[in-house]
Amino acid sequence: MNTSVFAPWEDPNAKPLISFRNVTKRFGSFTAIDNLSLDIFEKEFFALLGPSGCGKTTMMRMLAGFETVTEGTIELAGQDIAAVPPNKRAVNMMFQSYALFPHLSVWENIAFGLRRDKMPKQDLEARVEEMLKLTRLEKFARRKPHQISGGQRQRVALARSLAKAPKLLLLDEPLGALDKKLRQDTQFELMDIQESTGTTFVIVTHDQEEAMTVASRVAVMDEGLLKQVATPDRIYETPNSVYVADFIGDVNIIQGRTTTANEGTYRVDWAEGQAALNATSATEFSNDQTCHLAIRPEKITITADRPENADNVVQGKVHDIAYLGNLSTYYVELSNGTMIKAQAANTRRISRRSFTWEDPVWLSWTATAGVLLAN
Amino acid sequence: MNKLSWFNVVSLTLGFAFLYIPMIILIIFSFNESKLVTVWAGFSTKWYGELMQNEAFLNAAWVTVKVAVFSSTIATVLGTMAAYVLVRGGRFLGRTLFSGMIYAPLVMPEVITGLSLLLLFIGIGLDRGVLTIVLAHTTFSMCYVSVVVSSRLVTFDRSLEEAALDLGCSAAEAFRLVTLPIIAPAVISGWLLAFTLSLDDLVIASFTSGPSATTLPIKIFSAVRLGVSPEINALSTLMIAVVTVGVITASLVSKRATLRQKQDEQAAAREA
Repeated sequence: MNTSVFAPWEDPNAKPLISFRNVTKRFGSFTAIDNLSLDIFEKEFFALLGPSGCGKTTMMRMLAGFETVTEGTIELAGQDIAAVPPNKRAVNMMFQSYALFPHLSVWENIAFGLRRDKMPKQDLEARVEEMLKLTRLEKFARRKPHQISGGQRQRVALARSLAKAPKLLLLDEPLGALDKKLRQDTQFELMDIQESTGTTFVIVTHDQEEAMTVASRVAVMDEGLLKQVATPDRIYETPNSVYVADFIGDVNIIQGRTTTANEGTYRVDWAEGQAALNATSATEFSNDQTCHLAIRPEKITITADRPENADNVVQGKVHDIAYLGNLSTYYVELSNGTMIKAQAANTRRISRRSFTWEDPVWLSWTATAGVLLAN
Repeated sequence: MNKLSWFNVVSLTLGFAFLYIPMIILIIFSFNESKLVTVWAGFSTKWYGELMQNEAFLNAAWVTVKVAVFSSTIATVLGTMAAYVLVRGGRFLGRTLFSGMIYAPLVMPEVITGLSLLLLFIGIGLDRGVLTIVLAHTTFSMCYVSVVVSSRLVTFDRSLEEAALDLGCSAAEAFRLVTLPIIAPAVISGWLLAFTLSLDDLVIASFTSGPSATTLPIKIFSAVRLGVSPEINALSTLMIAVVTVGVITASLVSKRATLRQKQDEQAAAREA
């Protein structure tokens, strides 16, 4: 057993479990998926993230077999699955509404798929008990779906879709119906179950926090296109476009024009009367190219006095404060009207904070804090 | 609870009086000693006894039940199939036309339905009897079944069927194991509706019945033309009793089911 980081997408020899090859899906004149190619590897927990209508659910339904591909092919373990009907695919799906059969008990719901496979009685019973144990539902086996709570229903749906030990499990907004606290607990439960069963999970969600928490890789989608496919930290730290930066988390976008200062460092002129900003970038920019500097609020330091030796310093006054308990987000208005968000941990009691509404403050950040984006 | 105002009391009384006085009179006179329908001569159950001796009525009652059971069963099968295709079939050529056509018999005058069936049976040389009445009743009651079942299917969560397919069912298995058990209440009420319609029907049955088979409504109608007898009152009272018991049982059963579901859901919410 090697202890290296799980990253089959970086191994050129790894065989993907699923590959979308130039897949296009049209509904009439509407293009839901636009010439999309994507590889998903075995044992991955892959998240499709995007606003509603971006095509993420269509991707999932094509994998399950409920939608046909207009152009291109989808391969599962090297086989084109276009002609395989949903009931013959080694793929199971957990539905957003859970779709539990209301006339069957929890036990029978979980056994449903196994019965279709004509599994011998003893094996079937053992498998159902195993699933009940995995999802901590032993006590509720004889209940009907309407006799259990929302969180328990969610676990029944998961147990039912895992019972047949599919190669691939699809989860359509699996936690959407749960309240926040339960959702967080369940996220970790999902990760544990994914790890212990070794099943490949593909999850569809519009909740970026959920995607970041559970997934090994996240695909950000918009209007049928993949905007970026990367690990959660790379998506957050090095988004490849303003769209991704803006969709994931909170961000300040400053538009400006680049001047090369050194190899890999640039000066960004962004407003009359303001000093140029310093930023490093791995991608190259030419002189006087339009660029967007994306900086996360938590990477901006807010101080009452002018900091020394900072790469970038701007002055403004506190326009608004969003108090979140552990954190506060300060909306700082610069002299030219630009609003910059800065976030700081509330390490001291709020009454001892050294600045408040309307106070002048200094914002500073390093040259490596932000990301320079061309579009 | 609000106290009823005098206006509400009057409207309630008038409404119910309008609905039920004729039936109450009929029931009262079924216990009349006298042979004269409108003259009260003391309480008696003798007409019920005589009714039980009347072969013709008993035969007609038996034919009616047979026709109702067969026609409502066939109508339920056909009506459910039609509803399923119309709701689930997606867009196919002539879908709108078909769904319009399935509802047309609801508004078609019964005389016309009856007459056209009669012409058909004569045309194909089918002797009129139990079979023709069954066919005729199936024809007009299947559209009622299809209306009831399709209104249930419209609200049916499609992902339940998809889940069944996903778990390895063929389309037919998904229907049998998932869809049918869930829509069963609608299918059963469709059957009951078809059954009642068949029991009630006079017009279409009189077109399609023959000398060998007469239904109870036809028998009563022809008997009344010779004068209302207390025996008819007794028979009608029995029919009212049967229908009342049926309706009350059905509503009690459904009320208990709703109540239990509510309790279960509350219990689940408490434990969560």
